[in-house]
Amino acid sequence: MQLAKTDQLPDIHIHIEPSRGWISLKLRELWAYRELFYFLTWRDVKVRYKQTVLGAAWAIIQPFFTMVVFSLFFGKLAKMPSDGIPYPIFSYAALVPWTFFANGLTSATNSLVNSANLIQKVYFPRLVIPISAVLSGVVDFALAFLVLLGMMLFYGIHPTSAVVWLPLFLLLALITALGVGLWLTALNVQFRDVRYVVPFVVNFWMFASPVAYSSRLLDEPWRTLYGLNPMVGVLDGFRWALLGVNDAPGPIVYASSLAAVLIFISGLYYFRRMEKTFADIV
Amino acid sequence: MSDIAIRAANLSKLYHIGRGQGKAGYRTLRESMVDWAKAPLRWFSRDGRQAADDTIWALRDVSFEVKRGEVVGIIGRNGAGKSTLLKILSRITDPTEGTVDLYGRVGSLLEVGTGFHPELTGRENIYLNGAILGMKRTEIIRKFDEIVDFAEIEKFLDTPVKHYSSGMYVRLAFAVAAHLDPEILLVDEVLAVGDVEFQKKCLGKMGEVAREGRTVLFVSHNMGAIMSLCRIGILLQEGGLSQFGPIDQVVQSYINVSDDRNLTLLSHPGRKVNLKPHLSSILIVGQTTKFENVIQCGDACQFIIETVAPVSRRAEFSIGIYDLMGTPISHLSTGLAEVHQSKDHDSRRIICQIEQLNLVPGNYYVNVAYSDSGTVLDHVIQASRFQVIESNYLGTGKLPPSLYGKVVLRHRWQY
Repeated sequence: MQLAKTDQLPDIHIHIEPSRGWISLKLRELWAYRELFYFLTWRDVKVRYKQTVLGAAWAIIQPFFTMVVFSLFFGKLAKMPSDGIPYPIFSYAALVPWTFFANGLTSATNSLVNSANLIQKVYFPRLVIPISAVLSGVVDFALAFLVLLGMMLFYGIHPTSAVVWLPLFLLLALITALGVGLWLTALNVQFRDVRYVVPFVVNFWMFASPVAYSSRLLDEPWRTLYGLNPMVGVLDGFRWALLGVNDAPGPIVYASSLAAVLIFISGLYYFRRMEKTFADIV
Repeated sequence: MSDIAIRAANLSKLYHIGRGQGKAGYRTLRESMVDWAKAPLRWFSRDGRQAADDTIWALRDVSFEVKRGEVVGIIGRNGAGKSTLLKILSRITDPTEGTVDLYGRVGSLLEVGTGFHPELTGRENIYLNGAILGMKRTEIIRKFDEIVDFAEIEKFLDTPVKHYSSGMYVRLAFAVAAHLDPEILLVDEVLAVGDVEFQKKCLGKMGEVAREGRTVLFVSHNMGAIMSLCRIGILLQEGGLSQFGPIDQVVQSYINVSDDRNLTLLSHPGRKVNLKPHLSSILIVGQTTKFENVIQCGDACQFIIETVAPVSRRAEFSIGIYDLMGTPISHLSTGLAEVHQSKDHDSRRIICQIEQLNLVPGNYYVNVAYSDSGTVLDHVIQASRFQVIESNYLGTGKLPPSLYGKVVLRHRWQY
């Protein structure tokens, strides 16, 4: 062992200098820390529902009861059109990815400030923190998704072959949550106002996305423009891939993907740029 | 490949302080907007005053080289830049100027138990903490038993650490960090916690690490530990490197340097970060000599503390006495003693009366803390210093040498 250690010695050379301006993403280093992603995500999942009475049931309660309320007010009373399928499953199919997005965005935003102690005492690529905050939401998503499958059985809706695209739409939601989360969590370190803005943003964003209603309410070309909100692509995609409503949401998905990727990449660079100040001001 | 492990060149670190209210550093959006709106006005008064006001050089132009296998003690008063230096070396924060080259894997231990989660069990925390410190999963698995052995917590491995005693917690945390096996180990004052037995074990472990040829940088106020572990010392003073050389010489000049102390507590560098000055002065007056900060051995004396604002009924004070090596000698506190309250609570002067200060002649440091309703308002490390001078306390004109202990006990012998 002693030998092995001296052997690998010359390999490692760390050079530290003041970083200025826009800096590289250091993805190779991020990869070297891949196990930390696993452990931090695992910790978040493990700790989230400790000391709660209902435990992991919360992952289902949140979207499910929102669905019940929506069905009552928008479905029954307002008679909102639901693309020809029962309103409860129409809204729940959107609420599952929406909840994943909203929770991911919120926890990513708070992640850096909540890990202030870690940031001040240990070095590792800071990107690990918001990314694992979003990733830990996947478990909640999976639980809520099981209920969705149950509901599909209940309503006798069978997924078409389009279901293979589903992971892509989940990825789109993840990238959107992470992209916006990266911007907001870096801003939150400097301006604690952000923490209070987020619930408002999430609320606003939900009504700006086709969760409770159908994007069919808009005509082209407005609908494609509407797709610049990445969540439009995600939600339409979920409904199409899983419930087989409407045709493939082509232009919308392109617009949404483009917007999501732009937000994500700019978020990464902004985060990396601000990273050097985190330990000093968090 | 040279035999240099660490090369630091012209390291400087500038901190922005005092912007905004409360905790230095972060700002609210409103402040930023106000600043931004004011920006055009600043064109009319560009005299650089602004920059000088809100910034402080925590490190200034520090350069040194450490050879592989060297164990280096970093000493200096609080605020001298020791922690900032370690933070730069461990890449937690960027230097403002200068560069560092590190040859080898770096492990840092700036705090015991960073990243521990109270809800997780000891077993789970070993994995989590190990991963955070930069260990691979396979590495943690390989060293798992060793870590558990070292920490002596086998029985509680599956208990959430929130139920651990503070001793167990520290033991486990140090055990994980001690098995990190880096080529370069950076250690901040982490041994100040834990019981004496375990401290010895940790010091032993660090000595072992050093003998294996790893490079260690060690920050401590405990001169005893520093002198027994390190061969080389770095003395930092107000952000600058004031001495680099054999440890005993560096410790000697540290003790001499810290001599010229006549600071008011209002702007004391030993104040714990994030605390605002509530204590304005502390003075030790001997009853017989009436000298300030010079007391005859065994004489009665008073510690006179003054505060900035009147103290409330729930105010608590404590004073810690340390020798120059950083070894705690005694602790005085309102919680331990009978407290005589005068009727009016608007006093700003608190006096602690000691009947016999029976310490051996020499110099001592005083830490002072002030809390109200359980909240620490102010805490100043090495707030003041006093000298104990010879006296006839034992009635024989003799006193024991300080080498054999710091306390003088009156005693008689019978045959």
